[in-house]
Amino acid sequence: MEYMRLNKKNLAVFIEELQNKCEVWGPVKQGEQVKFAPISGAADINLDGFKNTTMSPKEIFFPQSEIMLSFRREGEDANIYRDEQAMPSKKAIIGIRPCDARAFRILDMIFKNDQFADNYWLSKRDAVTLVGLGCTEPCGTCFCTSVNSHPFDETGLDVMVADLGEHFLLKSLTKKGRELLAGSHVLREPSEANIEAYKTLRKNAENAMTIQFGAEKVNAKTVLELFSEDYWQRVAEPCLNCSTCSYVCPTCHCFDIQDEVFRGGGERVRNWESCMSWIFTVHATGHNPRPGKKERVRQRFMHKFKYIPMKRNGEIGCVGCGRCVTLCPVNIDIREVVKQMNS
Amino acid sequence: MNVRTTNLREVAKKLLDKQKVDVVIGFKKGTIPLKNTPYFATNSQEADLLLWDGNCIGNLAVYLPKMAGKRAAIVAQGCVSRNIVGLIQEKQVDSNNIYIIGMPCTGMLDPRKIMAAVPGEITEATEDSLYVIAKGKGFEITLNRSDVLNRNCDRCTVRNPVLFDEIVSEPKPELKDPVRYEKIRAVEAMSPVERADFIDELLSPCIRCYACRDACPLCYCPECFVDKSNPQWCGKSQNDKDVLSYHLIRAFHTAGRCTECGACEEVCPMGIKIRLISGKVEKDIREIFDGYEAWKDLKTPPPLTVFQRDDPQPFVKE
Repeated sequence: MEYMRLNKKNLAVFIEELQNKCEVWGPVKQGEQVKFAPISGAADINLDGFKNTTMSPKEIFFPQSEIMLSFRREGEDANIYRDEQAMPSKKAIIGIRPCDARAFRILDMIFKNDQFADNYWLSKRDAVTLVGLGCTEPCGTCFCTSVNSHPFDETGLDVMVADLGEHFLLKSLTKKGRELLAGSHVLREPSEANIEAYKTLRKNAENAMTIQFGAEKVNAKTVLELFSEDYWQRVAEPCLNCSTCSYVCPTCHCFDIQDEVFRGGGERVRNWESCMSWIFTVHATGHNPRPGKKERVRQRFMHKFKYIPMKRNGEIGCVGCGRCVTLCPVNIDIREVVKQMNS
Repeated sequence: MNVRTTNLREVAKKLLDKQKVDVVIGFKKGTIPLKNTPYFATNSQEADLLLWDGNCIGNLAVYLPKMAGKRAAIVAQGCVSRNIVGLIQEKQVDSNNIYIIGMPCTGMLDPRKIMAAVPGEITEATEDSLYVIAKGKGFEITLNRSDVLNRNCDRCTVRNPVLFDEIVSEPKPELKDPVRYEKIRAVEAMSPVERADFIDELLSPCIRCYACRDACPLCYCPECFVDKSNPQWCGKSQNDKDVLSYHLIRAFHTAGRCTECGACEEVCPMGIKIRLISGKVEKDIREIFDGYEAWKDLKTPPPLTVFQRDDPQPFVKE
């Protein structure tokens, strides 16, 4: 059965049922931020007015700082230990927005390809069942429909949920999703009207969003043509070269590896890193191939809209969540930049 | 359009047309409500995009040291003009290459305060001298401008530029003896353990994007101590001690130099009240050095940069 229905009155019971199978995470308010965190029950989550989390949920699979291994001197020997974080517990994450789930699929392609597989990402990712929440009221800064996605995009999700008012409609999309929902006592078969309501909701949400830019010309131009455009100087002018855009972005995935050593041992840690920082590309010689902010700002947009599509069969490296639009301190708006690239 | 914007455009066009400057650094309208974007106008058509309202957040002086010999005009309200004085005093800019367009200021709006006061997403926001009107789906709410000012602006006593080549309007009235440091005093009154907990909690959302540093005109070091790898002064990981080290050391570096412009807090993507830390340093300087406020004129150097044989602090001479 593809579709199921959950009366909102039974949400607490439903979450308990999930908790019998695995740990459950949901969007939780922590101070001014909303973030995904373990919940003890339905009372912990507040979906009223929930738009999206402040930070992208990539941190669940790709934490800002992650211990890769530890090492210590023990007697005559020096030993290396694998960190336990690499062996995560099973969990279900509920309330993931479709844009963020799509971002996971993009990162899957990067962290697992024909050359290597990143076990730190994959082990945590494999242990998670993603229950998405379709967007019925996209924000003014959202632009998913301009980057090959839409407010009910199912890419990367195991279950899609739509808010029908009195009920939630659940659509299982994968084996993992079906397993999570199997055996529930509160899920019911939906009526034809429920499914129709879901389809209307989906259509209305998509129609509510205007397509703000295309990528045809970006695709048609060569790397060198785009790279040599004059506008990069102007785009970069206000940039402060902070890392806000990269750190809040669901698809930015660059990292730096540091050995943190203290006395006879230490840890090898990988930390998020940003191409906005001069230190990201500086060589040991002191030479920096991206010496100024023009080169750094250009890199971020070229990576998302040219390099990733070239390497990954046209997949755009941006999902239109709009976090960078909202949080960039100087209002460098990615939508305006891509419009220029596509002009 | 407000008078200051009209006059600003006139001034900017004149400077660019007569080729007195290569660029005018100001703001233009942003792409989302309550946020403008720094703008570098290079001809009179572009000068027509410049504007001034309550959404000109950040500190434009941050761009001056990187202008690479260009003659730049810069729009400067009180705080920005003080930072320009600082950059001149600290020899980071050549005053001959700078033309200051003075901008009497009435304070910038805090988008977080406005968003907290309305029931949904803001699609349009307008303001006049007294009120801010925030509109969205199903609401239109009028707020007192004074209630939604940035926390640094609501107590600012230097709204008018201290140094300028030309000023776009009559000065705005200055606040007299505003209430300051109420939160900082409350933190000072805490026990050391409570205070440590308070600061840990304050900084816990920090993602080390360094927007606070990068938006600060005091932070012009070519290589920040947090970026140094040899010696590595500060760990790079998301470790609360390293996050704390970064913020405390940066605050110390602002001692006697901070103009309370509030750019650090305005740009923080996580809404951290960073000024509670640098504000403590600023408060101490004010109290120890007879009410000193950084860079209100070109002659007076910050107290920590001066050696006097009759220094009242004995440790200097010992």
